[in-house]
This record gives sequence, C-alpha cells and structure tokens, in this order.
Amino acid sequence: MIEPTIYELSSPGRIGVRFPEPDVPPAELPASLLREELPLPELAEMDVIRHFTRLSQKNYCIDYGLYPLGSCTMKYNPKINEEAARIPGFAWTHPLQPIETVQGNLALMYELQEYIKEIGGFAAVSLQPAAGAQGEFTGVMIIRAYHKSRGDEKRTKMLIPDSAHGTNPATSAMSGYEVVSLPTDSRGNVDLAALRTVADDTVAGLMLTNPNTLGLFDENVCDVAGIIHECGGLVYGDGANMNALLGIAKPGELGIDVMHFNLHKTFSTPHGGGGPGSGPVGVGEQLVDFLPGPIVTVLEEGDDEVAPLFGLSMPKKTIGRVKSFHGQFGMLVRAYTYITMHGPDGLRKISEYAVLNANYLLARLGGKYHLPYKRLCMHEFVVEGVWPDAPDIHALDVAKRLMDYDFHPPTNYFPLIVHEALMIEPTETENKQTLDKFAEVLVKIAEEAHTQPELLKNAPHNTPVGRMDEVKAAKELVLCCWLPETPA
Amino acid sequence: MDVPEHLKYAKTDEWVKVDGNIATIGISDYAQSQLSDIVYFEFKVDVGEEARKDKTIATVESVKAAADVNAPVSGVVVELNESLNDLFETINTDPFGAAWMVKLELADPSEVDQLMDAAAYKKYCEERGH
Amino acid sequence: MFIPHSPKETEEMLQAVGVKSLEGLFEAVPKTFRFPKLNLPPGLTEMEVVEHLQEMADANESVRELACFLGAGAYHHYVPAAVDSLLRRGEFYTAYTPYQPEISQGTLQSIFEYQSLIVGLTGMDVSNASHYDGATAAAEAAVMAYHHFRGKRTRFILAPSVNPQYREVLRTYMNGYEGLEVSGDEGAPLHSLEELEPLIDMNTAMVLIQYPDFFGRVSDFSNFAAKVHQAGALLAVSANPTALALLKSPGAMGADIVVGEGQPLGIPLSFGGPYLGFFAVKKDFVRKIAGRLVGETVDAEGRRGFVLTLTAREQHIRREKATSNICTNQGLLALAATIYVSLLGKNGLRQVAELCYHKSHYAAERIGSIPGYELVHQGGFFHEFVVKCPQNVEDINAHLLDHGILGGYDLGRDYPQLKDHMLIAVTEMNSKDEIDYLCETLEELSHD
Repeated sequence: MIEPTIYELSSPGRIGVRFPEPDVPPAELPASLLREELPLPELAEMDVIRHFTRLSQKNYCIDYGLYPLGSCTMKYNPKINEEAARIPGFAWTHPLQPIETVQGNLALMYELQEYIKEIGGFAAVSLQPAAGAQGEFTGVMIIRAYHKSRGDEKRTKMLIPDSAHGTNPATSAMSGYEVVSLPTDSRGNVDLAALRTVADDTVAGLMLTNPNTLGLFDENVCDVAGIIHECGGLVYGDGANMNALLGIAKPGELGIDVMHFNLHKTFSTPHGGGGPGSGPVGVGEQLVDFLPGPIVTVLEEGDDEVAPLFGLSMPKKTIGRVKSFHGQFGMLVRAYTYITMHGPDGLRKISEYAVLNANYLLARLGGKYHLPYKRLCMHEFVVEGVWPDAPDIHALDVAKRLMDYDFHPPTNYFPLIVHEALMIEPTETENKQTLDKFAEVLVKIAEEAHTQPELLKNAPHNTPVGRMDEVKAAKELVLCCWLPETPA
Repeated sequence: MDVPEHLKYAKTDEWVKVDGNIATIGISDYAQSQLSDIVYFEFKVDVGEEARKDKTIATVESVKAAADVNAPVSGVVVELNESLNDLFETINTDPFGAAWMVKLELADPSEVDQLMDAAAYKKYCEERGH
Repeated sequence: MFIPHSPKETEEMLQAVGVKSLEGLFEAVPKTFRFPKLNLPPGLTEMEVVEHLQEMADANESVRELACFLGAGAYHHYVPAAVDSLLRRGEFYTAYTPYQPEISQGTLQSIFEYQSLIVGLTGMDVSNASHYDGATAAAEAAVMAYHHFRGKRTRFILAPSVNPQYREVLRTYMNGYEGLEVSGDEGAPLHSLEELEPLIDMNTAMVLIQYPDFFGRVSDFSNFAAKVHQAGALLAVSANPTALALLKSPGAMGADIVVGEGQPLGIPLSFGGPYLGFFAVKKDFVRKIAGRLVGETVDAEGRRGFVLTLTAREQHIRREKATSNICTNQGLLALAATIYVSLLGKNGLRQVAELCYHKSHYAAERIGSIPGYELVHQGGFFHEFVVKCPQNVEDINAHLLDHGILGGYDLGRDYPQLKDHMLIAVTEMNSKDEIDYLCETLEELSHD
C-alpha cells in the first residue's frame, strides 16, 4: 500500500491544533514584510496520527527484531531512558537559565563526565559533541591545537589504518590534514613495519579504531601507540566499538590520547532513525585544556549537608564550541540512566556478552561464509557474502534476502578491505534463540545462493516495496513533495 | 570493452589524445562501465588554470561510487566540455567522443610517452577483471 | 535486565565458541591492562534510578514553574500531545539511518515530507535531512561555500547580529582550513546590514546574516542580497522557522542558503539539546549540499518509494575527498518538526507566529513605558526585543527569579557595548497576566 504524503492528504481549512485568541491588543503587522503564501499542508489531528502510524509500520526497528548492523551497536534501548529524558524538570529547562536554577542538570552532566572518564581511563571529558562524527572532528582539532600550541607546525599528516572507521579520512581532511593510509597485517592488526617507515616528525597523529572494523582487537595496540608517541604524534581512538571494551580495557591506559564515545551505540540511547547521536570526547592529561566547552565544573565544594555548586566553564586553550549550548542533553540523561543502572559489574557484563554473542554466531555459521581473518572476534565480525561457485551472487543479495526472513541485514560493503563484506554485530541484548534462528537463516541463504540464486537476486519479496531504482532517484532528483520552479 | 588504438591511457583510467601541443582528456570505457550509471559530473579546474600531472580536474559520481578524474599530463587548461554539466550521461554512452572533458596545452610533451598504449591498457584492464 | 542469557545458555554458547569462560574471550587484550577496576557506584534497579533521577530533576526550576522570557536561540513553545505520542513509537526511535529502503519507508517518507516543509517555509528549492543544530548548520553553510569556490575565495563575513554561539561554532569549523579570514562581526552590534557592504569584495565566499536577527529585528534584505551577489558571493541566512510562517521568506529576498534552529517546531527546550539544524539551498547548489537527502523513485514494480540519494558524495565512499564527515543527523527531531508542522498546518503555524508577534509587541510597549527602561529598536521586530535597563541585567534577573520569572538574556555577556541590555523573548506561552506581572516586577527596580 502506498501511503499518500501529507501534502496529498491535505484539505484546505482543516486544522490539527487550535490556539487561544490573543489576550493582548493586536499590534499592527508589518505589511511590507508579510508573506503572501505559505505552502504547508492542512490536516486534522487524526489524519496526522494515522499517517505517521502507517508510516511507522513500514519501518524495521530494534523493538521488532534483530538489527545486526556492524559498527552501529543496535542494542535494545531501555524504555526507562525515554521516561528519564522526559521528566519535566529536565525536559523543560532552558539552556541559558542561571546556573542556580539548573543544578540538577549540571550535577547529572558532571557525574556523567566523571563516569566516562573512569570507563575510558581519561583525565577529562567534554560532553559537547553532537554525534560520533563531530566527536571525531573535535578530537582531531584538539590534536591540531596541541601541536600548534607547541609551535610544532611541521606535522601535516594523519595516519589512518585501512581497517579504520569510514568517517576517519573525511574528518582528517576537514581538519586540514593529509591522510596517509596504513595497511593491515595478516592477523588483522596494524602493520607495524609499515607504520615504522612513515612515523616521523611530520606525523600529527594516528586514528585507531580498536577493535577495528574487522571486529578484531589490535594485539599490538601498545606498540602502535608507542611508535606514534616516540615520533611526537598523538593517538586518536575511535570509540565506535567501545561496546567491546567496557570494563575489559581502558583506552586511556592502552595509549590512546583522545577518543570519542558514541552514547547512541555503547550507552543505549536510541538511534532515532538516524539521530540524534551524542559523541562526548575524553582526553589524557596533556590535552585537558584544549577540550571544547563549556564543560561542567565544581564552583564550590559541597559537604555532607550542602550539595556542591556546579557551573559551566571553558577550558583555557579550548578549540572553541562545536555546537550551541551544552551538548545533546536529552541523550546525556538517557546514557546517565543506563550507566547508573549497570554499575561497574553490569558494564563489564555488557561487553562480555556482546563478545560472546558475536563469537557464538560466528561459530554457528559453520564455515558457510568465508572469514578472512581467523581469530576470536570481539563484538562483531566480518565475513564475505560471495562464493566462487555462485558467481552471480553478491553481499547485497544476501542482505536483501535476509529481509524475507524478517531480519534486518548486516552492514554490507564495509569495511572496504574485505571483498563483498558482511559486517555483523549482534550486541549483548539478543538471546540465544534469536541468534540460533539468525544463523540458521544465514546458512540457508548460503545454500540458496548455490541452488536457487534467483531467490536472492530478486529479493526482497515480502517487504512494503521492492528494490528501489536508485539511478532514477539520483538523476531526476525529486527531493520534495512538489517540483521546484525553474528559476527565471 | 572499447579501447581505441590511437589514444594513450593512464593507470587511473583517463585517456589522452594529442593534437600538436593540445591534449584532450576523458575517461575510458572501462572506467565508465566500472562506475555504472553516472549521475553527476563536476569540473575542478577553470580555463587558464595550470593543471599539473595527477591534479584532480573533475569528479564523476555514479549511484555507487565517486571518482576523481586526474590530469594524466601537465598543462594549462584551454577548454572545458561544458556540455557535460548537464549531459553527463554521455560519459556512459560515448566516453571517447562526446564525453571528452578537458583540453590542456601540454607543458611537457615527454609526459605523454610515459602513458600506456592501447595494447598495454587493454592488458591492464583485463588483469583487474570486470 | 537487558542481557537475556541464562547460566545454562551462557555455558552452551561458550562451549560452541570453544573457550572455557567469558574471560577467555579477551586474550587479545594485553594482560597488564585487561579487566581494570571501574570505580563507579554500584548499579541501581529501575525503581531506584527513577527516584534518583527525580531528585536530580527536582533540583532544577523549569519553565513549567517559571514565567519564561528567555530566548536567545531556544524558545518556549507549546508542543501538542500528538507529537510525543508519535515520537514514542519504537518503529521510529529504535530504527537507524534508512540504509535499506525496503524496510525503512516510514523514516524515508517522513524525511521527504520534512524536506518539503522546510522548502515551503524557507522559500528555497532543496532541503537536506538535517544537521545537529542551528549553529552547526550555519557552519556547514560556510564549509559548502568554501568548496563551492574550491577554496579560491577566502573571506567569510558574519553580521554582528548573528547569534554569538553560531559565529563561534562556525569559526571552530573553519579553523581546519588555512588562510581564511572570518570577520565582519567586530563592529557595533546594533548597526544595520548596509554597514557590512564595504567589506564585501571579489574574494568573499559567503556573507552570513540572521532573520530575525539575534536582537529580534526584521527587515527586508533584498537590496543587501543584491550587493552580495554583485560580488559573486553567496548569501546565507539563519532564520527562525516560527517567524517564517508570518514573514516573507528568505528565499524570496535572495538567500542562496537558509539555515536555522528547528527547535521552535515542537521540540522541548531540554537544556539545549537535542535540537534540529535545518539547511536549505537554491537549486543550483543541490549537489553541493552536505548531509543526507531523500529522493523519490520507484521500485522494480513501479511502486512509488523513497531512497537516500546522492550518497556517493558521502564520507564512507569519498573518504578524505568528502566535503563533510557528517553521518548521523537529527532524524528523530526532524520527525518531531514534521509532525508538529503537519498538526498546526498552514493556519496553526501562522496563528502561533501572530500570537508571538502581538504579545511581544504588547510587552515591548509596556516595558518601554516603565521609567528607566528604554527600548532600543528602531525598526520592526518579531518576538524578541532589546531593552536598556537601569541597572545590570544579572541583578534584575535575580530579582525577577525571586518572583518566579525567568528574565531575558544578558547581552553584555557577548557584547561589551551592550552592558545593561536585556534581550526579552515573548511567545504564545506568555499570557497577558504574565507579561503584566513581569512589567510590575521590573517597575519595582526602576524606583531603586
């Protein structure tokens, strides 16, 4: 069924919400500045409710089933998080209120800063960055500011292993660095020999995703950090895969100097159909002054009877603001709730079971999919969705066929270093029965690829729409509910 | 796959045709078929600008990929095929003809000799598969 | 709780993997650093955490209790119940970026509708699927302008009447590029746009202005736009979406890029986030736009559907050649805005804008007549205005707070020239009684 757009549903004269008549004498409207037409739809409340309810039913979501997107950590989003962020005392505070009136918010942010410091092994944390990509940008700008503050202007290169997260090269380029790619060795680690040949005094830093996008923990992480530090560079950690490391290792202790966290991955804040995220950044001692602000500090120490007074402050050599106000506060409330409920033991359990689930699923695939690096994986793994004796089938076809079995496909075609990659991250919140079922389906699809390839090629068969014509979309570019007029 | 005999080819899949000191540049049939349906084309240089060898002179986008077109030889840009801004489909349909991209006035004609001839390029494409 | 495994299942799974214990899964981690102690408070049950959070929230005073006259980039509006009711559907908030269009049509169509509403409000041709907030959208406008001129134009002019935080974020973003000049906002804050004209030259990539500006002022900037275009530069306008329901669109006055904070469209104040950055351009720039775009197409059977389009420009394919690293946007907040605007529609949104307009003008007139307070506007304004106060704003606000009023923004914090100047915002949420009470309370201080 095609759901009409809100413009197609519109009927002139309908209104979904009424507002009170003005209780003040009307002022004269500025005639010359008034707009003549306002192309917005007109709907009643129930029209709107039914429209969006129907649209929602065309989505796959975590509340419905397994969503094993590698590198995205699609874990269950606890309902209590949603309640927490909507507590009126949080949800209805203005960001510019005097600090005396928002001590609850500031206390929550302060404690969250402290928790993330402790989990990551860092000296300070800024909650400001709005998402992972912005956290990365923040981290690289901090590295840049650090070198500049020392008058070290010759460092122009950022080293990025080819197994790093996809945003890393774009981030480095945005921050003015030349990207130097590093190869992966036969065990899936950063190639140390290659690293040694490029590590010199033109290197600003290295961006390390660990576990990397192959789902493997870099066994030489301390050596990698050592080599970079020796040449005067800094190590950036991409925290996208932190779900494997809670209570398992502190990145700060492994030699990472600056790292972003994805609250929407590791700490269960919902992905929201593509945002909002939240990407706090943690740093070691030497980078504390460069953090983006404001960060929450204690202005007056408290005691047993009086709560401390919290305030907002800008670090001394800050790279500046990266967004307005104080970060994605509603997401911070959710992540705080999640961490508070878990405590140290609960957090470690998250990573233990995330890694157990991934390895169990991999074992259940029984070698039906080629695994390029044969090791225990961390919270995710990458296999190839292609077989030499089924030449017409690609990873995309496997992904599409999974939808017919009511599963969300894994990430495909990433990482680029694995041919026809299927990157699978089950997360700790999936139970054994679901994993068993998913493994059975994957094995069955591997068989179908050989026996009935057309089933895969034409998949999905049972979804609201079939495979979309992406060429038409890109060529014709219909981007809103009516065609823009051609400029005169 | 079409590989015209009279052209020279770069490892990054551009072709070059030399007329006197003018080099005409485009991308090969192999390159367009690897990219599949082109949905966008954009120049990265202006007429009069100096384009050194390997400088990006244009970008091409398909649904699945985006690729840079690099200058296979150095020179000053003398002409751009502006029709490609709207008719980028011709990169798929006529890569060696209507879809030429940039004309350069050669700075160092000896750079042309370092490029592959048709036979070598054909072999190079076959090695990479389809 | 959220990890479903029974001890027996854990055992079976470990066996299938071939390790003896959970610890055995982590041998790749250097032993010295493996299993560090986490010095955190022990975990709480849901029942306990609810109580704990409520206590924290109770330490705040919210705009539910205070009469709010504070704006300066975040505005207190009424959010109809239907908005949150729909946002709480797990189908929306527990889905991710719609990479698989076959099972994401709900998200894709709602983004398509969002793009359409933003196009309608701004008077532009194309909107993307959103940025983090108004400030980052403004910064992305500068990044787009930089790439549009391939880095050859290096001057970026910011009107001093653009939100100070937006200017700060834009500067942070542009810091990664060498040799740029970001200026124009050093002068007297309350001057007119014409005073920026001498700065605009052939090296200018972009001029950023705000409408209504940070001080609430509105004026027709068509002539200014023409001046910007004469120099071949781009005009970016940061706009308030509520105001756009009433006032001429920036598109109609010649803007090339329109950005802004979408928070007024049905998004709670939430102490500053998550909000919504909207970003719209004229047709010529559609392929320069960063972030995600949803386009209409058909499936194999010819049925209408929607997909993410022009994705080849994105960071995961272009890597270091991409012009932006943006990945996630503000999907759920864009949905909130879409639902809000659908509910209010053309007439409801216009009604809200008019209420803001009438109430703020009533408030301005009354405050302007209190001895010691002076309105500093010369031209028109929308729902925010500047008042010169008889004493420093912090003291006045402390007094107001004692009376349950959240006073206006202290402009002296950002503009030394505007010491003792307060920026007051009035929306449909402020009743006449509340405004009168504000005036009476202010009056008490003018007699000091």
